Amino acid sequence: MDQKLYMEIKNNSLPLDLKEIPILKYEIFYDRVLAFLKEEGKHCVAYYGVESAGNLKLYCCIADDNNNIVVLFAHELNKDHPVLKSLTPECVPLHIFEREIHENFGVEFVGHPWLKPVRYPYNRKDVSEIMDNYPFYNIESEELHEVGVGPVHAGIIEPGHFRFICNGEKVLHLEIQLGYQHRGIEELFITKCNALQRCILSESIAGDTSIGHSMAHSQLIESLAGIQVSEALQIERCIALEMERLAIHIGDTSALCGDVAYQLGQVVCEALRTTIINTTQFWCGNRFGKGLIRPGGSNYPLNNEVVNEILRVLDDTGRRFFEVTDLIYSLPSVLGRFDDIGILTRQQALSLGTVGMTARTSGILRDIRKTHPFQYYKNYLVRPVILETGDVLARGMERVLEVHESVKIIHELIEIWQQKIKDFRKPVYDYNLKPDSFAISMVEGWRGEICHIAITDNSGNIAHYKVKDPSMHNWMALALAVRNQEISDFPICNKSFNLSYCGNDL
Amino acid sequence: MMSFVLILIAAFFFPGIILRTKSISSGRKGQGILQPIKDIGVLMRKGSVFSKTSGRIFQIAPVVALSSVLCVLLVIPFATQSAVISFEGDFVFFAYLLAFGKFFTILSALDTGSSFGGMGANREAFFSMLVEPAFFILLATFAMLTGYTSFSGIFSHFFLAGTHYVLIYSIIGFYIFVQIAMIENSRLPVDDPRTHLELTMIHEVMILDNSGFDKALIHIGTYLKFAIYGALMYNVIVPAGWNIFLQIVLFLTVQVVFAVIIGLTESFRARNKMNKNPKFILTISAIAWIAFVVILILTDKLI
Repeated sequence: MDQKLYMEIKNNSLPLDLKEIPILKYEIFYDRVLAFLKEEGKHCVAYYGVESAGNLKLYCCIADDNNNIVVLFAHELNKDHPVLKSLTPECVPLHIFEREIHENFGVEFVGHPWLKPVRYPYNRKDVSEIMDNYPFYNIESEELHEVGVGPVHAGIIEPGHFRFICNGEKVLHLEIQLGYQHRGIEELFITKCNALQRCILSESIAGDTSIGHSMAHSQLIESLAGIQVSEALQIERCIALEMERLAIHIGDTSALCGDVAYQLGQVVCEALRTTIINTTQFWCGNRFGKGLIRPGGSNYPLNNEVVNEILRVLDDTGRRFFEVTDLIYSLPSVLGRFDDIGILTRQQALSLGTVGMTARTSGILRDIRKTHPFQYYKNYLVRPVILETGDVLARGMERVLEVHESVKIIHELIEIWQQKIKDFRKPVYDYNLKPDSFAISMVEGWRGEICHIAITDNSGNIAHYKVKDPSMHNWMALALAVRNQEISDFPICNKSFNLSYCGNDL
Repeated sequence: MMSFVLILIAAFFFPGIILRTKSISSGRKGQGILQPIKDIGVLMRKGSVFSKTSGRIFQIAPVVALSSVLCVLLVIPFATQSAVISFEGDFVFFAYLLAFGKFFTILSALDTGSSFGGMGANREAFFSMLVEPAFFILLATFAMLTGYTSFSGIFSHFFLAGTHYVLIYSIIGFYIFVQIAMIENSRLPVDDPRTHLELTMIHEVMILDNSGFDKALIHIGTYLKFAIYGALMYNVIVPAGWNIFLQIVLFLTVQVVFAVIIGLTESFRARNKMNKNPKFILTISAIAWIAFVVILILTDKLI
């Protein structure tokens, strides 16, 4: 067969021409997608539907980690008869995407085991489906009991509902209900034509990943508008991303200690996180790096004063953090709480298609910085931290080791940065996007792979914008990890994954 | 009557000292010693909110719990002065009156109808049941040692028993009372009073629905319980015959040391895993058993 079945695209590269993307028949689409995903080192990045001219187009982006490319399959179907054979029974990672397509467009996936709504978006197909009458899995038993937690929580976490079925203290089943944070982000990217508004919007997708998401957005715009940025700026962005990783990992270590009531670890790490985010504030005026990443340039170019401050804080904070984590992870009472709790096996992690930190703690190499490098990571080899055990301890240690690694990365990047020519370009807000194009941008945020995809119409406006937060893939992993665990260990399991509610709800 | 007043004074400062210890050991300045008492003042001025699903039990439980603690106060002796009420076997009265208050708290937790309340009540009842043997075995040991079965009798004759081994009993008694007090007052390592995570709570989750005035009553009860156990500890380590002024100073010192011990424990260790708690609590009973067997041997009652 000579006809081309799919398109190849590199992360953060030139956009594809929309007309060149071959539209496959569903049988071929089904076979090819499955054949691709069965291979080792390939995983689904995004699979979603776009409404166009009365038809529904399905795009499936599969990342090929070995060849550093993303493969794009497309299928078009009539909106009136949306019945398709589900891919999920053969390939579980697609379950969440099929659920999303089902919810948004009413496509009936025959054979899908559980078409539970993902987030109840305001523009869903069937508005009679509301959260209040969702039928949770329940039990009719004298011995078992149900516990419902949330959506309003006692702590400072986001809204989400967890429904446990327990046998005494043991969790048999956990069902997670999200969608309370739905803000219609994807739609807003289209209706807000102002470039600055879009940037700010991208920073607000998930409050703890401002830099990650705004970087994905800026990359996408740069690729669609054909803007090249200097290497110095690329390095600055990487440093910002690593700073975010540092801050959140240290903060998570603090929260993990807090959840097991280890006060010393909690307060020390809390204080250390503050020093990191204050450095980000020193750099760009915002502790979470809002306003730092903009397409085409930067309002806050790195200068020697900031660099010295970063180096000073990293030396100090890094040393203290490793001292305290040595203490935390050698304290028997803490190890007793973390070790062998909430295990996600490699098999489970693979079959759920987990990404980011969660995948790396279960022994899977999945790091966009290495496999689909972006910004300066193209010229800089990242050494991902891979752990095997997949328990809370592994996820805790992963954070410590990644902090080690990030500190090293920032040091090395700063050295390279000092030799580069700086051009101090200002952000570009009056860009013209390439019409009829498809562009994809992936970033390894601290949580995992963030993906933004945009499609432009024939006059160069954004016609469709897709955001995928790593949490989409990983929530199911949490539900599996707490099975047969004690219900009192759920909070530390949840915290060790630290998934985003609003990133999922959009 | 002396013990009554002293325990009230100790309870007044107790929670503040724990919090201050924790603050200082984590490198913070911390709030004033009297802040918890001020908080109680604030709560006292507020009204209580009752959920529609809860009934009468939920409303009376805080009062019952606090009054049981206040009654228990009356049987605690101080120095050579006997307690306000003292009778043969009053330590049984002590244990079960406290249990009575706890029973009502458990009922009120179930009364709220929340799934958390039931879970916490279940855990609290289970752990209290496990800690009970430790208390009774220890008191039985003391009773055999001294030949008396009331708190006043036991403690006034504790150091007169004439054996050289009394120091061992002081130390074991002190240790076991500390552990019992930590468990009964839901502190680390069994429970974490500071957590916001409902699923890991034991005692906190039971009183989650209480607010305002009722919550103040519950807090007062907790603070008094600390001081009561502190008084028991004091009685097993300081001989009753010493000078009364010295006794008062020592009493307050023991209370402060106890509060500091709690504060330090909570600063430098993590909490137990929930299913490790039963083993932990049974270990305390086991230590009490050892003391009991030793006294049987020493008094030639074990054939």
